[in-house]
Amino acid sequence: MNWRAIRAVVRRDLTLVRQSKAVMIPLVTVPLVLLVILPLVATLAPNYVNIPGLDDLDALLGQMPEDVRAGLAGAGDQERLVVLLTVYLFAPLFLLIPTMVANVIAADSFAGEKERKTLEALLYSPMTDREIVTAKLLAPWLAAMAVTFVGFVLYAIVVNAGAWPVMERIFFPTPMWLLLVLWVAPAVAALGLGGAVLVSLRVGTVQEAYQLGGLVVLPVVALMVSQATGLLFFTTTVVFVIGLLVWLLALGLLLIAVRSFDRPRLTVQA
Amino acid sequence: MAQSRDGVAVEAQGLTVHYGQFKAVDGLSIQIRTGEIFGLLGHNGAGKTTAVRTLAGLLRPTAGWARVNGLDPQEQGPQLRKTIGVSTESPAVDERMTGEATLAFFAELYDLPPAAIPERIGRLLERFDLVEAGKRRVGEYSKGMRQRLALARALLHDPAVLFFDEPTSGLDPVATRQTNEGIIEMTRGQGKTVILCTHNLTQAQQLCDRVAVLEHGRVIAVGTPHELARDLRVDWSVIVEIDAQDLAAARRALAQLPGVEVVDPDTGGGMTLRLELLLRDGVPVPRVVAHLAAAQVGIHAVVPDEATLEDVYFALQEVQA
Repeated sequence: MNWRAIRAVVRRDLTLVRQSKAVMIPLVTVPLVLLVILPLVATLAPNYVNIPGLDDLDALLGQMPEDVRAGLAGAGDQERLVVLLTVYLFAPLFLLIPTMVANVIAADSFAGEKERKTLEALLYSPMTDREIVTAKLLAPWLAAMAVTFVGFVLYAIVVNAGAWPVMERIFFPTPMWLLLVLWVAPAVAALGLGGAVLVSLRVGTVQEAYQLGGLVVLPVVALMVSQATGLLFFTTTVVFVIGLLVWLLALGLLLIAVRSFDRPRLTVQA
Repeated sequence: MAQSRDGVAVEAQGLTVHYGQFKAVDGLSIQIRTGEIFGLLGHNGAGKTTAVRTLAGLLRPTAGWARVNGLDPQEQGPQLRKTIGVSTESPAVDERMTGEATLAFFAELYDLPPAAIPERIGRLLERFDLVEAGKRRVGEYSKGMRQRLALARALLHDPAVLFFDEPTSGLDPVATRQTNEGIIEMTRGQGKTVILCTHNLTQAQQLCDRVAVLEHGRVIAVGTPHELARDLRVDWSVIVEIDAQDLAAARRALAQLPGVEVVDPDTGGGMTLRLELLLRDGVPVPRVVAHLAAAQVGIHAVVPDEATLEDVYFALQEVQA
């Protein structure tokens, strides 16, 4: 493997992403809304407004696993609400970030290069198919991980700072969240990547790639719904199993994507 | 720089590429010598670009084989592509990158020594008159500037064989002339082999040592423009300056030579006159001259005005039709 060429493609793709407003706007605004504004509102709101339905917290907690209930035993309503929102209900929302970032950048990297008619020059280079596909997968995945980790740090700061009047201690991150960030987030990024690559190899424009590639957020949405309805709650064990399943799915998708990378077919499309 | 065996830079035998039922290249057999400028001529869809893509290992042939610099495009694609430079018809340069960054990026793909990259890039930017523009984004470039940047990119790694697909498309006359001179310099001065895909028959005539004319993926003629004209028996003309007093003798002599027609005798009243002769069916000029000499016609000068490549090309189209 020619790692120098791979690094060059990764660096170039990420530089081009930084120069594209169409790509950068969702990459900045979505994490900002989900990981800063939303938790800020969620942690500060109980201090200033009377949240309707707070009386039903007991009912909601009743649906939760035993260890979660035990952890919140003796806590006040506001404290329980903050923990419920920031630790549990927002967790699947956090997974949207790596999925979205990987998906958007991969679409720009693969379909965008076809659309801009620059792919042919890359195909005429000495890079092997495997080197090209490795570089094209690494760039979005690394970007997704960078945004995810930065977002996680911001989220931790915002949540602890915002909830300080209620919690009066640093309660975040929990072990479940560390597992989420280090084990599940890389997997969902790979899943978003695999979906985007598969789609991008078949479509001609970035817009088409965005639209079809966006379908990979569906499993994440399913996790959000299942947790909100109490069907599946994010405990450490559950998160580990989810991570394992997503990794298997993502690796399968990536394998298909890598095998679909066919120089002659791309040459004809270029 | 990779050297081919026996002075052959590019060789193909029965190279065939199908897109489904469509035969894009049909039994291409060519031998291109090292240091030669070889033209691939043909109208849109004749198979020129597909042939180049297959020779570069981007497309898999349905049948036949090829070697470029002695390397098999299918089995040794990456090594082969290190020894060739390709400038595609569309410049294929990213608008968001600067000219310098574009060349620096490709220098890394071709694994050039890092220390040599700035000097190499500087030299190419200077050669293609892009020094000022090098720091600007390609999005601000004119079509001609993009084309020149693509040519610079093709030369970046000092390849032995260059494939130029319509290299002067979109260039102004000055840039076209510079590019043509550059191509000649690459072959005559540096021993590179150039495969020139073009619609521009005047350019091909000026530059190419030999040409192959493609039609529906098949090579319908290969040779120098002169050989093709001769083989096709394309008409050409020759101007013969003779003693004015020998006009009648010359007319009598030429009347006995089939395929020669006196077009336009310039009887200006001087001591000599210019006789324009139209030569049909490939009558060679030396035969005409010998015939005139045998008839005791005083000859002062012979200026052949051979059939152009354009004449040959359209004659081939007529033959095919």
